Amino acid sequence: MIPASFDYVRASSLDEALATLREHGEEAKVLAGGQSLLPLLRLRLAYPGTLVDLGRVEELRGVADRGDHVLIGAMTTHYEVVTSPVVREHCPLVALATATVADPAVRHRGTFGGSLAHADPAGDLPAVARALDMEFVARSPEGERVIPAADFFLDYLETALDPGEILTGVRVPKLGPGWGFHYEKFHRTAQAWAIVGVAAAVRRSGGAVEEARVALTNMGPVPVRAIGVEQAVRGADPGANGALRAAAERADEDTDPPSDLHARPDYRRHLARVLTRRALLAAAGAA
Amino acid sequence: MTEQLDAGVAAWQIKESDVLDGREVGRARRRKEDARLVTGRTQWTDNIQLPGMLHVAFLRSPMAHARITRVDTSVARTQPGVVAVFSGADFAAEQGSLPCVWPVSEDIVIPDHPPMAVTEVRYVGEAVACVVATDRYKAADALDAIEVDYEPLDAVTDMTSALDEGGPKVHEAGNKAFTWTFAQGDIEAAFRDAAVRVERTFVQQRLIPSAMEPRAVVAQTDGDAFTLHSSTQIPHILRVMLALTTGIPEHKLRVVAPDVGGGFGSKLQVTAEEVLCLLITRRLGRPVKWTESRSEGNLTVHHGRDQLQRISVAADADGRIRGVKVDLLADMGAYLMLVTPGVPLLGAFMYSGVYKMDAYDFTCTGVFTTKVPTDAYRGAGRPEATFAIERMVDELAAELGMDPIELRRRNWIRHGEFPYTTVCGLTYDSGNYEAATDRALALFGYDRLRAEQADRRAREDPVQLGIGVSTYTEMCGLAPSRVLGSLSYGAGGWEHASVRVLPTGKVEVVTGTSPHGQGHETAWSQIVADALGVPFEDVAVLHGDTSSSYKGMDTYGSRSLVVGGVAVVQACEKVKEKARQVAAHLMEASPDDIEFSRGEFRVRGTGTSRTIQEIALATFAAHDLPDGFEPRLDADATFDPDNFSFPHGTHLCAVEVDTETGATRIRSYVAVDDVGNVVNPLIVEGQVHGGIAQGIAQALFEEAVHDADGNLLTTTMADYLLPSAADLPAYTTDRTETPATTNPLGVKGVGEAGTIASTPAVVNAVVDALRPYGVRDVPMPCTPERVWRALGQARTPQRTDGGLS
Repeated sequence: MIPASFDYVRASSLDEALATLREHGEEAKVLAGGQSLLPLLRLRLAYPGTLVDLGRVEELRGVADRGDHVLIGAMTTHYEVVTSPVVREHCPLVALATATVADPAVRHRGTFGGSLAHADPAGDLPAVARALDMEFVARSPEGERVIPAADFFLDYLETALDPGEILTGVRVPKLGPGWGFHYEKFHRTAQAWAIVGVAAAVRRSGGAVEEARVALTNMGPVPVRAIGVEQAVRGADPGANGALRAAAERADEDTDPPSDLHARPDYRRHLARVLTRRALLAAAGAA
Repeated sequence: MTEQLDAGVAAWQIKESDVLDGREVGRARRRKEDARLVTGRTQWTDNIQLPGMLHVAFLRSPMAHARITRVDTSVARTQPGVVAVFSGADFAAEQGSLPCVWPVSEDIVIPDHPPMAVTEVRYVGEAVACVVATDRYKAADALDAIEVDYEPLDAVTDMTSALDEGGPKVHEAGNKAFTWTFAQGDIEAAFRDAAVRVERTFVQQRLIPSAMEPRAVVAQTDGDAFTLHSSTQIPHILRVMLALTTGIPEHKLRVVAPDVGGGFGSKLQVTAEEVLCLLITRRLGRPVKWTESRSEGNLTVHHGRDQLQRISVAADADGRIRGVKVDLLADMGAYLMLVTPGVPLLGAFMYSGVYKMDAYDFTCTGVFTTKVPTDAYRGAGRPEATFAIERMVDELAAELGMDPIELRRRNWIRHGEFPYTTVCGLTYDSGNYEAATDRALALFGYDRLRAEQADRRAREDPVQLGIGVSTYTEMCGLAPSRVLGSLSYGAGGWEHASVRVLPTGKVEVVTGTSPHGQGHETAWSQIVADALGVPFEDVAVLHGDTSSSYKGMDTYGSRSLVVGGVAVVQACEKVKEKARQVAAHLMEASPDDIEFSRGEFRVRGTGTSRTIQEIALATFAAHDLPDGFEPRLDADATFDPDNFSFPHGTHLCAVEVDTETGATRIRSYVAVDDVGNVVNPLIVEGQVHGGIAQGIAQALFEEAVHDADGNLLTTTMADYLLPSAADLPAYTTDRTETPATTNPLGVKGVGEAGTIASTPAVVNAVVDALRPYGVRDVPMPCTPERVWRALGQARTPQRTDGGLS
């Protein structure tokens, strides 16, 4: 398909981008890596009057160790995230999940912030953001604010970002020692969206699970934190037969899985339970 | 992968040095056309830029079935860059009807098929208007300004209910296009006295052909004559059909298929866009271009498969097959296109597969629905037939508690029985099913995998192993003209070639076949190099342009080598005979005393010789030729085959099925194909790999899905899942070579074999894995959800939920 015509502004600084956004109001749309926006333009599902390209805004790019958290610039590409020693050391779940995003070509163009701000519940990173309680740093001409992951994803493709705001980076808290991680992704082809994904972080003490964080990809209009599983798995012995299985049975509680060509809701619920068990086992090092 | 390929090439080269002795045929030549094709430094249709060229965009129906009550193009005409806007009414007097050349029965209903809808639309995506503008973007923008009023009519999406009396009709004449029957032997007796009868219903889901290069058309005129460039498989057939459809005299119409990036049957068509671009250029006097987008292509390229198969097999207690009954519904879509009704007929003669039996009964009813028409797609009718019989033989083996290989051995045509006339009346010229199967079993490690399967079953492993078998054959090399005539096909099946010897001894081959990725330039060069004794590099191959290649039947049905390649050989023979005359004259010897070997004409028993290059130059000079000799060596030949080509082989597939999630993973895949003699093993290997991938795609991944209103839901590649290399296993391939006896090259077609063979092997494996759970079938594509639901149904038989429609 061929996109409708639009104006294009390549911002060279964050301030310029914010000023352009303010100038054009609701007509403007921010362009990051383009992996989601360009298909929408080409299918004429989106008709922005002006595209504000952040591709040359260097200040939004890069990974920094900030002591108690890692700051990932919004325009950092998936490839840069996956290969960042800081990310791999302090937030391996981010690296694990990002490595499953699409294919190598997309991972070299697509960005961490763009993927999160697009807020597709079938994307891999929103669930990871929920599991790790990331914080979203947003800038507007009025200043900066920080939005917790729990408040960031409002609905399908809808976030707490205001039209004039730009996501500048994401803070990923360091969980400290003793945690194991896994991202279990179920998809039909290597490049397809997840039918269901499970992001799991498990901390064991002695043999038992002391704490777990579990979030689900594509089990509702927004990424879902599986609170019931997290509660049920506390104290469970991953080596014991059935302990994690019982906890994982609660994976689809409070979910609202979509129905589409690849899966209907009852199948997604089933998958969520099976994949959660597998993700917990793997994260606990007991797979 | 690269290492494997290189190792494979190295292995062939070792073999070559042993046996080829300087010959080109049989060498794993890297393809001479690939450098320009893969770098794009060539003429794809969309690359063509002409002075003053305009761009066409089509407005397409958003409704599956509706009456068009008003089309208002007035606002669109005023949009920036717009040169013209047309609706169907503008073309009504001159657009004719898109052709169907295969009226399979006397009473077939062939509805009028206007290239642009005038009063009624019958599928989503049918063109209702178009914009012609100065660039592609402006043309697309102005589409939004065209107003069309539709009066909705009922969509017809289900073949079975489409045949109910009193339901909504696609066409006035009703929803039945034809019923075609074929019977041999006493089918009643075969079933009446049978110890075992197995009946199954299989759905051949609708598939969307996905050539790498989208369809594209460029039309131009000098006011008198017309040139049409199109990404087509059939420039010659297209020229004839366009001449008949548009009234442009054939000699005033040149059709060019420049380099074409894949077709798989989808470009074996006379499309609405080709006709309309010609009409537009005739109206405006300016060149126009149209290139489809991928989603536009998914909506409007003809689709493939889409049959409902009810098949029964009767057998004796020892497994001997007595007869096969087939009852098909074939979805035609909304109209009959070039060979739409003929596709199921191409399968009709293949339901007996490699097996001997007493009786056979076939009925096919073509049904109209409000969907885009179906037509040929890689294999065209034969994948459906092969799937059905190979699935049924595995089902029969399960019913009898017999190993599926053993059951096949008891029924197949033995090597010593060739040539063999099957129950369907085809004479298979040659084959060796035993050899191919034995080789495949050894490469596969059949017994070891069966042992692992038993172990997993005993352990109730959540991941089960299934083994699928496909001992296929197919009929290709379309085709003997008289056979095509007897099946009411509108044309013949011959092929043409001409060979031109240039003054310097270089050779140009003009072929009537039309490559779109197959590697004709390389293979034809190898054939000519051997036939005339000229270097491989000295041969150029011209194709696809009706002004240089005026005569041809084009490329489909795995026919290029077995028909067109033979024409090349025959033309070379004529060249050689002419050259022999000249050589004899120059060396003052009798032509009978001239030996020809590797490009040299030698007087028998002497040291006197002339090279073919010397003969070429002497003929060009024409100073000293035999009396009455026409001063040229050039020759042409038109070959009409006596029989089809019957490649065969054994494909074995091991699939791991995760019974918790329904996910499948192909563990190993072995293909041993027998395509007769091989001109280029590398090309054959490529065809086999691509073919298997496409067959696996039907088994596990691809499906065109419509909703109840007839909207196609799989319009993008996010919804219509094409597997990539990451989703497919490494294949183990090998060959047996049983030469065809019906052509001088001993070759058989290979273009469709892999696709035909692989689908049943994969599905048989999936079902085999799940058989202990009571599963007897998983509808295609065997998606994880379908596998999971099949397991759920088998465990709790009261459930009726059968997966996605």
